[in-house]
Amino acid sequence: MSPLLFLDIFIGGLMMGGLYALIAVGLSLQYGVARVLNVSHGEFIMLGAFATYSLYLLFGINPLLSLVITGPFIFFFGFLIHRTFFKRLRRLSPSLDAFEGSSLLASFGLLFIIQNVALLTWGPDVKGYSYLSKTVNFFGAVYAANRLIALFFAILIGLIFYFFLMRTRTGKAIRAAAQDVTTAQLMGVNIHWVLGLCFGLGALMAGFAGSLTSMMFEITPLIGLPYTIIAIIAVVLGGLGNILGSLIGGLILGLIGNIVMYIHPGLSLIAYYIIFLLLLLIKPTGILGK
Amino acid sequence: MNRVTRANTKKILYSVLLSFLFMLMVIMPLYVSPYTIILLNSIFMYIVLTVSWALFSGPTHYLSLASAAFFGIGIYSSAILGDQLPLLLVIGLGGFISFLLALLVGLSSLRLRGMYFTIFTFGLSELIRHSVQWWEVNKTGTVGRWVIGVDHTTVYYIMLAILLITLVAAYILKHSKYGLALLSIGESEEAADHIGINVNAMKIITFAISTFFMGATGAIMATRWTYIDPSIAFNPLFSFMPVLMAIFGGIGHIFGQILGASVLTLLADVLLTKFPYYYMLLYGMILVIVVLFLPKGLTGLKEEVKKWWGGRAVK
Amino acid sequence: MRILEGEGVRKNFGGLAAIAEVSFHINHREILGLIGPNGAGKTTLFNLISGSLVPTSGTIKFKGENITGMKPHQICKRGMARTFQLVKLFGNMTVLENTLLGSLFGTLTGMRQSTALKESLELLEFVGLSGINGVLAKDLTIVNQKRLEVARALATKPELLLLDEFMAGLTPTEVSLAIELIKKIRNRGITVFMIEHVMKAMMSVSDRIIALHYGEKIAEGIPEEIATNPKVIEIYLGV
Repeated sequence: MSPLLFLDIFIGGLMMGGLYALIAVGLSLQYGVARVLNVSHGEFIMLGAFATYSLYLLFGINPLLSLVITGPFIFFFGFLIHRTFFKRLRRLSPSLDAFEGSSLLASFGLLFIIQNVALLTWGPDVKGYSYLSKTVNFFGAVYAANRLIALFFAILIGLIFYFFLMRTRTGKAIRAAAQDVTTAQLMGVNIHWVLGLCFGLGALMAGFAGSLTSMMFEITPLIGLPYTIIAIIAVVLGGLGNILGSLIGGLILGLIGNIVMYIHPGLSLIAYYIIFLLLLLIKPTGILGK
Repeated sequence: MNRVTRANTKKILYSVLLSFLFMLMVIMPLYVSPYTIILLNSIFMYIVLTVSWALFSGPTHYLSLASAAFFGIGIYSSAILGDQLPLLLVIGLGGFISFLLALLVGLSSLRLRGMYFTIFTFGLSELIRHSVQWWEVNKTGTVGRWVIGVDHTTVYYIMLAILLITLVAAYILKHSKYGLALLSIGESEEAADHIGINVNAMKIITFAISTFFMGATGAIMATRWTYIDPSIAFNPLFSFMPVLMAIFGGIGHIFGQILGASVLTLLADVLLTKFPYYYMLLYGMILVIVVLFLPKGLTGLKEEVKKWWGGRAVK
Repeated sequence: MRILEGEGVRKNFGGLAAIAEVSFHINHREILGLIGPNGAGKTTLFNLISGSLVPTSGTIKFKGENITGMKPHQICKRGMARTFQLVKLFGNMTVLENTLLGSLFGTLTGMRQSTALKESLELLEFVGLSGINGVLAKDLTIVNQKRLEVARALATKPELLLLDEFMAGLTPTEVSLAIELIKKIRNRGITVFMIEHVMKAMMSVSDRIIALHYGEKIAEGIPEEIATNPKVIEIYLGV
């Protein structure tokens, strides 16, 4: 295999991986901290995608700029959902296991609701728009400009979030809650606010990923679930509850997916599932898990 | 009338009622339209899926999302063997192959608990779906398959028979010492092991038995649909619906499971014909409402109402 | 006659030896006490004996049979039962159902429901829990929960009973009652191996005592010997 082809596969894998990493970190915030395995995560991606699409088509707003507009709305939407549904559910559940089970079911309900509303609003047809689709030369290989920009933005968002998590007080509160909710509470962390925040941030990540996705791919109201599955696999791969782990998990999945695609297209999803199942059987705690 | 005779009278009453209901179901095809037969078929199918899912997942709290896999195996047994072997044998094989696969799955996923077990079963079901799809596309050349059709009435009676067997099995299990043991496994596996219950064996065997009924059901339903492909046979909805139906009706009682399956199947039928575009939305809302406000399901509602009513009487 | 024997039992967790080369034995119908500071490895030793954990090396023999590495349910069927430091009841099941399960699945299988029922009711009275058959286990007081756990263990008809800190959290009156119960259990022909921190109780009811410290056996003997053993005094008083 020529080094150029290798590089091509590698960078292509990183591009998808960057997107997956963003999505996975979002889900990790929701599961690792708020303990909600949110299977409707992908629907927030879809909403972000359609929001950007609509803003571009109706008002001609630059997709990258639209992140600033759609972001707060999706964050608030996620925050609200947690405060109304999951907070109540947490209070009613007799144990953490019971809460995880019932919140899983509740998020399925959410998935049905959001998807159906989207279908009613935008219809089932494939939609898309063209933005920065001209190609650019990068390390000798040719890539669409929007993909490079998307990767760049994914990295940027990731870095900003990392900084937020490590350096700010709120970020520290989140990390504390991710380790041990009860102790964090005892240390004075307003836990319900933090859980809601994490859920909202998770939705925000998904929304951003969706907006970036809409620049590169065609969208329908059904694009959510495959991304959710990839996010779940990435989160387990990195170690449930470990935010950095899910980022790495996303990158790894992107790379593997691209490699498998070169060998035999159509097998990437099967490869993901096989990795996932083997992982659960051999080391369910993941790469970075304890 | 003292408590014992009251309990016995209740039992006799229920038996009479159930026998009457069963007789009714048997003579139904002679008096109702084919559409009703098909609807009843669907209801029977979902009752079997729900009750067999709850057989294992109910008491042990191991939430399995792999029902679609076992149901689909039954469907594919019919599709592949249906034209070579007699119908009843195919149905038995559909159940048996599911049983074998479930044993394998159970043995390998022994150490998985809680959420890990659930996502494992879901991943497995999806892996099977995508793998069969890939195989059919790349190796066999056909995506969908045609199944030898069987007339609606025969399907109805076979489905009714499977339903009866499933309900009897579920009832016997629940009221035996094994039913009690399964509940104890759901409470504390370690304690259960220490009082002589072979926890691993019991989990795996119960799980496998429950999938037998799913596979058999798939095998007979395939003959009704006549055209099947991986996205139909292994549709994840067949994994979620039994869970939703059991919780909606009341997962702790077989009656609740039957109620949940019947009501939601009827509801789905009504919604699909009257509001096809809002079907998912309404289903999602029901799911959220049930999880948030009715954790014990419809049968739990009866308890709540009784409590409330009793309280009022005191006031 | 030795009902339980441990020979060079070791349990490593990573690089740490939780139990290091411990040998012990219990004689038929004896009451053997196990003491030691927190973290000494007492519950770990119980876990190794009852089958919750597998020893890294060494052998454990029950009634002459090598039970090292057997699963808990296999060991239970051979006549050993235990209670847990943190009570592990079937919380959402009734008092009667908890006990009944022990009866139905213990050393004697193929019991008729009616016999098991009679047995369970008798045992509930034996431990002092009559009249609350229909109460859910999770709704019991802590002392009743402990009693229920003993009833459930006894329902399996064991020859050896492992009690893990049965008296923790009990009032002095309750401790006296507990001591009486243990004596009654021994009078039924059951051998008792008990972990306890309540020294007074331990001294008054045990025939022999073993002391553990950092996973090693540091002393063994009759209560008077243990009470005056300088090593034991040192680990408890830090002198």
